[in-house]
Formats: sequence, C-alpha cells, structure tokens
Amino acid sequence: MKYKDYYAALGVERSATADQIKAAYRKLARKYHPDVSKEKNAEERFKEVAEAYETLKDPEKRAAYDQLGRHAPGEEIRPPPDWGQSFGDGQFSFDDVDLADLFANLTGRAGGGRRARNMPHPGQDFEAAVRLTFDQAFTGTEIEFDMTVTEPDASGTLRRSPRKIKVRIPKGVTDGQKLRVPGKGGKGVNGGPDGDLYLDIEVAEHPLYRVVGNDLYIDLPLAPWEAVLGTSVQLPTPAGAVSLKVAPGTRAGQQLRLSGRGMARGSSAGHLFALVRIEVPTVVDDAHKDLYRKLAETSNFDPRAHLAKETAR
Amino acid sequence: MIAPTQDPPRVDTIAEVTWTQMVTASGLTESELAELVQYGALEPRDPRAATWTFEARWLFVARKASRLRRDFDLDPHGVSVLLSYLDRIEALEAELRKLRAQLG
Repeated sequence: MKYKDYYAALGVERSATADQIKAAYRKLARKYHPDVSKEKNAEERFKEVAEAYETLKDPEKRAAYDQLGRHAPGEEIRPPPDWGQSFGDGQFSFDDVDLADLFANLTGRAGGGRRARNMPHPGQDFEAAVRLTFDQAFTGTEIEFDMTVTEPDASGTLRRSPRKIKVRIPKGVTDGQKLRVPGKGGKGVNGGPDGDLYLDIEVAEHPLYRVVGNDLYIDLPLAPWEAVLGTSVQLPTPAGAVSLKVAPGTRAGQQLRLSGRGMARGSSAGHLFALVRIEVPTVVDDAHKDLYRKLAETSNFDPRAHLAKETAR
Repeated sequence: MIAPTQDPPRVDTIAEVTWTQMVTASGLTESELAELVQYGALEPRDPRAATWTFEARWLFVARKASRLRRDFDLDPHGVSVLLSYLDRIEALEAELRKLRAQLG
C-alpha cells in the first residue's frame, strides 16, 4: 500500500486543529471543485483534497492515519497488524489496497454504516472522461477503454480492480456533454440493480470547424472580385465537399447557411455556416495596380456615405 | 425558476427516469430532492402527478446537486442558488462561444 500525505494535500501542519483542517479544505474546494472551477487539473487536484479531508475530518480516522507515522509520499507501507482484524476474516492483505479505500472501509466498521449483508442494494455508478476527435464526435464511434473501479468484493471490502469498458457513442455528441450508459456501472448486490456509467465527453477542436451547440462555423475567404461578381466555390464539410454558390454583392461577415450540414441532433442535424471574409492581395504588380486605379477612377461606390454628413461639419 | 440549459445533455438510451432512479443516482435523500423540486432546481415532467418522473437530463443536475451539497456542505436551498448561477454561467459561455465562432 502506498503512503499519501493527507496533511500536505490540504497544506496544513500535522498538529492542525479540526477547524484549521476544515478551513483549509473549504479554501481548496472553492478553488478546485470541478463543478465551479476553471483551473487546470481541477478535478485531479480536488480528488486529492477531498480524499485527504474525508479522513482528516473524522477524529477516529485521523487517529488511525496518524498511527501510520510519517513517510514519503508513494512509499510502500504496512499498517499495524491488528488492522487486519478490522476486515472480517482477519485474512486481509494490504498489498492491493488503496489508502482511501482502507479508510472508507473503516467507516463501515465504526459507524455500522455498511448495509445488512443480505439486503439487495444497487451497484455503484462509475464515471469516466472520454476524449474524442472531432470526426469521431461527428460520425459517432465505438470506443474501448480501461478504467479502475472501486467495488466491494464478496466480503463487502472495497477493492480496486481494472475494468474494460466498451461503449457506442452516438453521432453528434458535443464537448462538455454527459452521457449515461444505464447498467454499465458496478454489479448490484443480492439482486439489486446494476449501477450506471456516466461519461464526460471531451471533443478536440478542429482546425477548420468551430462548434456551437449543433451548428458548425467555417471561414470562407473570398477575393474582392468574387464577392462583387459572385462565384461558385468548393467548400469542405465534415460529410464531404459541397459546391456553394456565392451571390453577387456578398459582403464580409455574411453567414451562408448550409442547412443540415452541422452536427446530428436526433434524427435531424444542425447547420453549417460559412462565414464570409474578404481577403485582399498584399503583393500587387503594376498591371493589377493599374486595373485597381481604373476601378477607383470610374466607380462611384462610396462605402463611407453614411459618415459624410458627420465629417462635413 | 432555473431555466433548463440551452443544449441539454442527451442520454443515449433512456428518455425518462423515475423518482427512485433520481434518488439512487444522486445519493440525495427523498426530502432533499423534494426540496430541490420545490425551489425549481429540478423540474418533474408533471409536478402535479402522484409520482414524479423526469427527463433523463435532470439526472445530471441531481448528481451535480449532490456533489455540491456534500463537498461544500450546503443545504438544498444553497445548492439551488448555486445551480442557478452555474446555469447562467453555462448560458453565457455558450453565448460567448457562439460570438467567437462568428468572429472567426
């Protein structure tokens, strides 16, 4: 079993009072709680903090933890021999136990909180983060990953074990979405229902498409003459290139909508918006400069007509 | 009343959950959950029905409520206020994402 320094996780002295421990926990929870924090690694950091507080806030567990003595974080430790008797049959091995589970087991013993042996109770819910590419999210995909779950064994003691999870992700999932996979959590005990699996979906950004809900945005750069005269362009979409007609007199900032070309939404789909930008050549040879000059001399187009009145004052 | 988020999390297989499932999945007590319904933080399909059922997306809200309650040591009213702020932040972030996407 590997040692973890719970006092260091909360940033308090080993001699800290219960109030100091609580205050330290609250400060860190405010900063790192994954539901309210935008900090990097908030979730991971909060887990450490919560695990430490779970043990240190309870005088009995804190005393048991202190009994382990001081060690370097990650150092292999063996708890006092009499601890084995706390776990039912006394035949307990600490080798594959996590410190957090050990203290969670202690609660069951001390508080009588563990459920009656023969009562049916539901399996635990598991939660996992799933990172997808844009294309996987767009088309849907089947993923397989390994996770470590903490489940009670036959004797009711919490144990960590590896689990292979295979899930079908429907098309059209978006970054930040949560999916529930019923019955894919821990096994129910004594006929209780199986737990559920909750997936936190992360979708990587795409270099071309920007996702807003179920809609997609892509930049469509046009040359000035294309915008004035109109044109037809080949535009990439996640489902394949399409030919897009650009009407004469198209202005910068206009959004050309390609209906149903966005992310799937149930049986329909969001839209793809092509956002018009007008790009100008920065290097222009003399022949082209002459063409622009001719245009400037002959055109009566005034893009600042609405400002003229103000500047004339 | 808390408005449902703009883009509700969808669930791939079940569209409706029972009161019992809400209790089991959230780990909150029945009275805590009932309080959250009373404050408008959770919205049953038909609030006047004898037994409440929910669209599955409320499961995620109930689970979040449970985490906030436990980790911040809040009562259900405090949880409902925090949830409404988190909802507003989410809506604002969605709006910001949209504006940024339109800017290019």
